[in-house]
Amino acid sequence: MATTPEPLSLDSLISIDALLTDEERMIRDTVRRFVRERYLPRAAELFAKEQFATDLIPELAAMGLLGGSLTGYGCAGMNSVAYGLAVQELEYGDSGLRSFVSVQGSLAMWPIWKYGSEEQKQRFLPKMAAAEIIGCFGLTEPDSGSDPGSMTTRARTDGDHYVLNGTKMWITSAPVAHLAVVWAKVDDGGPESIRGFIVERGMPGFETPTIHGKMSLRASPTGEIVLTDVRVPKASMLPNVMGLKGPLGCLTQARFGISWGALGAARACYDAALAYARTRVQFDKPIASKQLIQEQLVEMAMEIAKGQIMALHYGRLKDTSGISPIQVSLCKKNNVAWALKIARTARGILGGNGILLDYPVVRHMLNLESVYTYEGTNEVHTLILGNALTGHNAF
Amino acid sequence: MKILVPLKRVADPDNANKVKIPAAGDKIETTGLEWKPNPFDEYALEAALRLTENGQTPKVRAGEVVVVTFGPKETEQTLRAALATGADRAIRIDTTDDKLDGDLVARALAALIEKEKPDVVVMGKQAVDGDSNQVGQILAELLDWPMATFAATIKEEAGALVVSREVDGGVATMRVKLPAIVTVDLRIVAPTSVYSTKTAATFKYNDGVRFAALPAIMAAKKKLLVEIKLADLAADQALKVEYKAFQAPPARKAGIKVKDVTELVTRLKNEAKVL
Ligand SMILES: Cc1cc2nc3c(=O)[nH]c(=O)nc-3n(C[C@H](O)[C@H](O)[C@H](O)COP(=O)(O)OP(=O)(O)OC[C@H]3O[C@@H](n4cnc5c(N)ncnc54)[C@H](O)[C@@H]3O)c2cc1C
Repeated sequence: MATTPEPLSLDSLISIDALLTDEERMIRDTVRRFVRERYLPRAAELFAKEQFATDLIPELAAMGLLGGSLTGYGCAGMNSVAYGLAVQELEYGDSGLRSFVSVQGSLAMWPIWKYGSEEQKQRFLPKMAAAEIIGCFGLTEPDSGSDPGSMTTRARTDGDHYVLNGTKMWITSAPVAHLAVVWAKVDDGGPESIRGFIVERGMPGFETPTIHGKMSLRASPTGEIVLTDVRVPKASMLPNVMGLKGPLGCLTQARFGISWGALGAARACYDAALAYARTRVQFDKPIASKQLIQEQLVEMAMEIAKGQIMALHYGRLKDTSGISPIQVSLCKKNNVAWALKIARTARGILGGNGILLDYPVVRHMLNLESVYTYEGTNEVHTLILGNALTGHNAF
Repeated sequence: MKILVPLKRVADPDNANKVKIPAAGDKIETTGLEWKPNPFDEYALEAALRLTENGQTPKVRAGEVVVVTFGPKETEQTLRAALATGADRAIRIDTTDDKLDGDLVARALAALIEKEKPDVVVMGKQAVDGDSNQVGQILAELLDWPMATFAATIKEEAGALVVSREVDGGVATMRVKLPAIVTVDLRIVAPTSVYSTKTAATFKYNDGVRFAALPAIMAAKKKLLVEIKLADLAADQALKVEYKAFQAPPARKAGIKVKDVTELVTRLKNEAKVL
């Protein structure tokens, strides 16, 4: 058989390296190596056994990945592009690993950093960056998902305390968390009364039962937060935000990271599909030589390239003049929806092997089903963009 | 303790198939290759860092690690990565790979060592590109320093290092007085391989080399990196090793599939002649 030339790598096709600083490249390469050496050898087993790699948390912290884009309070202070590249490499490993880092940094630390009092920041952020305190974010409820304004969790004023009651559902890291940033309506108020509360494990009435049997994000622990007359001191309320814009601000941060992360999962699927197609021989030839397979691989590469270029563009913009939540919706919707399609296509290219955990593809495919739904479902982002583009609210 | 660690970048050993040799066979085509630090040099850096800290968090430095490489401006990437990982200072000796051999590298390092006066030189046992395995040994000879090669463990004592290496059927342990040259093998990055006098004997490192902390990557630019001309270290730049020709390894023939164990045994006996 004639030797085929080395294929053009995605990195060379997309060529973002020249647009990155030395530090950004080194950060990416370091996280890439960490994921390949420390996570990938165990990824399938963790997924199969529904286990979270708790032993890696100190290493994630030592590398500065927790709250890595925040400044001060022991945080790494990476720019948005460096942070994006880092989470992209994490999700090349597994969306569950990336979810842990997103939740800790963007959903638990960021609201304290942005909306918290100086005392709250001093008390929690350095320990959260060091992974001595793990956080989670409680917004979704059993009857309140895409429409968080309909939440029923209540905080009732009682002297210098609030008394919290309600149930939060689908909460990433809840089972392992030391604290939860919980969003609740105050007294008899509507959505405008929503406030964030730092609820700590050990406070009576705070429970976090694990949700078992997920077929997606199995390597990330998900739970409920059940609040039964939890007395929280007033000093535990985040003082500097009110209304839905509090939790939505956090989501904008996390969604930005997810739009990079999804590219990592997509790349892992592309790499696996390409390698498989080049070696799997049917009808006397590698299936990579078939036009139908090439069309699929080309579409995968093309969409990854577009998504990567978009992420880099908005990342640079975020660091200079800033980006709007609508632009973040564009990135999240596009990159996650394509990552899921790419994973499904890759699954097909691997034939029967595509359903085995021996290859990363089906694991990513299943994980991406969650990524498609959380942080604003694909439809919700369509409605956000539709509203922005037409001026008509279609929610 | 002050430690000098020489580093070399090599073509990514995981992508060896990208190495091309032109038809003339007179050189190795290096354009388009991805560069990585020589793995054994990374192990040497890890060992040197362990020897200059106390094993506690936050890490307290108890000494200085100076990294040095030979190469053009781009090789500063390798040095910056080492600085991000924890080295204190870096030196680049300006030259290109084709103007070097093991002997010249050792002579230039000897001259640098006269100036820098480290207590120990910790280096990889060999570079995985040329696999020459000679710089450490020549350097020890030039300096007339004791040397311990293929180190699997290093334990610091006052004024000396106790170094073990794996040999057939056992472990050979020697004690070298400082200053000394130590070349390291891959076991040196196991969790209990290296102890400074300040590290508790019960302390266990993570297996393998450490990952740079991301803030340290951003701070690495602020660490000192100086350039020295090769001519300032070695007046005589004549090479003793001349490469005559390069040849790619023959392409592997496709394997065969056997029907059953009987056929396998027959073929092993008659064709492979190993039974
Ligand atoms: C693994 C995992 C981890 C999660 N982690 C967290 C977490 O850490 N913290 C947290 O607070 N939440 C978390 N979530 C919850 C997640 O954010 C919600 O699942 C998501 O917001 C969707 O809510 P829902 O599941 O109630 O679906 P619903 O809102 O009920 O949506 C059901 C379907 O209806 C569609 N839909 C809804 N409204 C409209 C409309 N107006 N027009 C058209 N279509 C519509 C949706 O797009 C979707 O397809 C997590 C979810 C998962 C799966």
